[in-house]
This record gives sequence, structure tokens and C-alpha cells, in this order.
Amino acid sequence: MSMNYDAAVAAYEPTLGLEVHVELNTNSKMFCSCSTEFGAEPNTQTCPVCLGLPGSLPVVNGKAIESTILIGLALNCSIAPFSRFARKNYFYPDMPKNFQTSQFDEPICINGYLDVEIETDEGAKTFRVDIERVHMEEDTGKSLHVGGSTGRIHGAEYSLLDYNRAGIPLVEIVTRIVPGTGKYAPQVARAYVTELRDILRSLGVSDVKMEQGSLRCDANVSIAPISSGKLGTRSETKNVNSLRSVERAVAGEIERQANRLESGERIIQETRHFLEESGQTRPGRSKETAEDYRYFPEPDLVPVTPDADWIEELRKTLPEKPSLRRKRLQEEWNVPAKEMESMVNAELLDVVEETVKLGADATRARSWWLGEVSRLANEKEVAPTSLITAPQVAEVIALIAGGELTDKLARQVVEGVINGEGTPREVIDKRGLKVVSDDSALMVAIEAAIAAQPDTAERIRGGNIPAAGALIGAVMKATGGQADAAKVRELLLKHLGQG
Amino acid sequence: MAAISRDEVAHLARLSRIEMSDAELDHMASELDVILGAVARVQEVAANDIPPTSHAIALHNVFRADVVKPSLTPEESLSGAPATEGPRFKVPQILGETE
Repeated sequence: MSMNYDAAVAAYEPTLGLEVHVELNTNSKMFCSCSTEFGAEPNTQTCPVCLGLPGSLPVVNGKAIESTILIGLALNCSIAPFSRFARKNYFYPDMPKNFQTSQFDEPICINGYLDVEIETDEGAKTFRVDIERVHMEEDTGKSLHVGGSTGRIHGAEYSLLDYNRAGIPLVEIVTRIVPGTGKYAPQVARAYVTELRDILRSLGVSDVKMEQGSLRCDANVSIAPISSGKLGTRSETKNVNSLRSVERAVAGEIERQANRLESGERIIQETRHFLEESGQTRPGRSKETAEDYRYFPEPDLVPVTPDADWIEELRKTLPEKPSLRRKRLQEEWNVPAKEMESMVNAELLDVVEETVKLGADATRARSWWLGEVSRLANEKEVAPTSLITAPQVAEVIALIAGGELTDKLARQVVEGVINGEGTPREVIDKRGLKVVSDDSALMVAIEAAIAAQPDTAERIRGGNIPAAGALIGAVMKATGGQADAAKVRELLLKHLGQG
Repeated sequence: MAAISRDEVAHLARLSRIEMSDAELDHMASELDVILGAVARVQEVAANDIPPTSHAIALHNVFRADVVKPSLTPEESLSGAPATEGPRFKVPQILGETE
């Protein structure tokens, strides 16, 4: 390719549109009572309704409606007083009914927005992403293409279907086109999906695991010459399955389209697939022939008409917006933005907040979770929160603050708790990890250290306070690290006439 | 003027992956035309004071509690399938992605 990304965005203005599909975390499916548990044996979670057998009758999962309304409210949408399901008819075996129950012209939530902040050359800047609609539908089954070399549909001899996923509640969140992002289109796309994921997580309506497919993003990208005032033909990149991939896919598409236009070719309206390894996309289905889904209102389901009281009740339960919460905590804890980001990325914000609420100092809580606990978790390849609880970390921090533990001893306590030796207090007792705070015991060690290094002691007597470090170190060593260094220093200096 | 054209019937047949001969298309077009004509007569009755509805009964908000109930066993689920392989439904190769 001749034109790199910088050159592409210098000549062309990108326009974004994002469709996010999120699987709700209800216990049962959207229209039947089959389990939604991930990872079950094939076709063990199916019934006449989700298999589309004749005579079966779907009934809407009330919890799924509630979750969708919550999502709409969190995204500043209006909740439609009347909405209906529709059949989206298409010939493909991932839905055994031969249609997907979705919503068409009467979605449940409309006209919202989400503000996202990104870092630009001119500092932090907020972009408003308008939400066109949030609608309910159902997930499809999983196909396994057999034969052929690539596992792809082309060249497959036949396909095998598992319908466990068919009928799991799915919510589709569709943005309007996002103009004016310029070269920041990839970052805006990533920030939008990140913020959306955080909101969905805070609402507790989905597991939002991109790698498991419970949150999936399709990115629509088009470009047009700068200041042309036109919109280019768009491509739709499907199922981008990580936040980083969202950013890479958008950047890759901008670059690919720019190169096509530069070489005099036109952009084809098509579906493309993101390739994780190269960061590029490969062509999929052409959408040049208009899709014809023959939508019509689902006759087996009655309309959804949420009343205003219910909506207002739900609105009252909305949690604090994740972006506002981050800002608030950052101010309360007085931490740099970078540190805040590390906590968010490590998914440790909740547990640090809990630890602080239990009385721990914010800086110490942060450094224990991001430092020692994360280090041990990395070694074991598990999540830090699976090793130790916030109350346990808070207790350790309190023991340090109270002078009962040194940092060094505290690390041993944390290690003991993680090894299943009991509560911090129990580990201290079992391992005998008490700080030596008995002055007379310390004085014995101090006098021994002075006797061993008389020259150093003489320099301290002469006013060379920094020299005390060597003697303090010797005392700490002699007490096996179980002394409070500050206390040793105080006693030592006093003893040498410098206190 | 027919309510449905032969081309429209051919389009529907293609979307549904139903292969139809010319004779069948002619036949089906005229049959569907009669059916649509009958439906059109019902529309004549609809006055401005009758709101359009997708249901005979004015029911709203029929919801289920989010409770899991036992599913079919895989053997039961697959029992009516023309073809299976292991615990999965087996279907012929699906038309290419370009379709």
C-alpha cells in the first residue's frame, strides 16, 4: 500500500457508525425458559420454542425488557410507550425458525447519546455519539462448517448446528453516523465501545465479555475527500472482538479505502471481516443488492407498552455513570490519570474502592492491589480478586498503619492469606510475624549494631544523620525484618544523642 | 392490474430458496393474486376509526418470569431432524457468502 494512515486522514474525512450487540445475562432465553449458560454441550439448551417447532408459542422474558429499558435510560434514550417485535425473514440455518425475532420500525428505545472523552493533540476532547436506537432481538445458533480447508463457509461440504445460543436475549445498540472525528475516528470508536461496556457492566445487565462474544461490535466506516461535504460508500466490519481491535479495524479500513480511492477504484458496499493477526479486513458478503428481510409484526407476541411509572422507577435505580465515577474517585483519591487508567484496565477499580471504603488509605489500597496482589495473580494467571478480598487487604493496610506490621511483613501476610492459611490475623499468629516493638528488645539489637560498627556510630554522634541508615539496616536484619524501621531510627538517634 | 407480479413471485421464491419452473411461477402468481384480492376486500371494511392491529385481542405486556425450566434432551431435539452428526443438526452446504 502506498498511502499510510496519516496520509489517508490528511486527504480524507472518515465517518463512523457503530453497531454493538450485547447478550443480556438473564438466566433464561428471550422467548422461552431454556438456560442461557455459556459453554454447555451442544443442543442441551433447546426446546420447541427456540427450535421453531410448529405450534410452539414464544413469551417475552420480562427481565430482558427491564434490562433493555435500563440500557436505553443509561444512554439518554426516550423509551417508546409502544413497541413491537417483528420477524426478520432470511434463509440461513443459524435460526431454525427461518426468521429472527427482532424489532424493526418500532424499537423500544430511541434518540439517545453517549459522550466520550479522548486525548487529542489539543488535550482532552469530548465527542458526542448520537444513539439512533436500542432494540431487542435474539441471538442465533452456532454453525460449524465442515469440509473445505479454512473452516469458512466457502468450500464447506455441510454445516453442523448447535442451537444453545439461539434465542438468548440480544440487544442491539445503533449509533447515528458520527461525523467530525477526523483522524481520531479509531480512538473515538474505541472510547465509545469502552464507555458502553463500562455502562453495561455498571448496570449489571450483561457479562460484556468481548472474547466470549457477549459484546460484539460491527464498525461502519466510510471516507470522503476533506471538505467535500459528501458521504462515501461504507463498509461494515463484523464482529470485532476486543477494544484494541475496534481501534485497529477502523484505522485499517480508513487506510484501505483511501488507497482504493487513490488508485482510482471505488468502494464497494460490503461486509468485511477483521483479521486479528494483520489488523486488516477481508471481504465478506457484498451488500450491493439491497437486503430484503420482509419484516412484518410478529403475530405470536403482543406489543410492549411500558408505563411511565415503571420507567421512572427504573430510572431511579440507575447507577452513577462510570465516567463520572472515575472522575469523582480520581479527585477523592488524588491520583494521576495514568494510574486511574491502570486500575480501570486491570478491572480493579471496584475492589480498590471497596478497600478504601473499609478505611484503607487510597494510595496504599491502590499500590497493594496493582502491585503485590497483581504480581502474585500474574504468576498464578488468575484475577487478583480471586486471590484475596477487599476486607483482607484493608485489614493488612490497617495493621501496617497501626504499626503492627511492616511492609515487608505485610507481604508475607498477604502471601499467607493467598495460600489459604487463614485471615491476616491468623497468618500473623501462625507464622509469628509480629513487629518487634518492645523497646528493650530493640535496644539490645541497637547496642549490638553500634558495637559492630563503632566508626559509623561515631559519625552519627558527630552529626552525620544519613549514616544512621547502615545501623538501622543492621538492626532490621538482626530482628528478621520484624522491627518498625521508624521506631529503630528514633531509638538509635536518641541513644547517640541526636534524637 | 394484478396485485402481485410474476417477477415478484420469482423474487420471493429466490429469497426462500424454492426452485420453481416457469409453469409453476405462472400458476402461483395467479393463485397468489386471488388470495391478495380476498385480503384487499377486508381492507375495504377498515374505517378511519379502527386502528390497525397485529392481534385480534388487545393484549399488552405479556411477560414471563426469568426462570429456567428443563430443556429437551439433545436426542429429543434432534429426533425430528432429517440429518444429524453427533449432537448437532446437519444441513447441506449453505449458499456462498456472496449470495
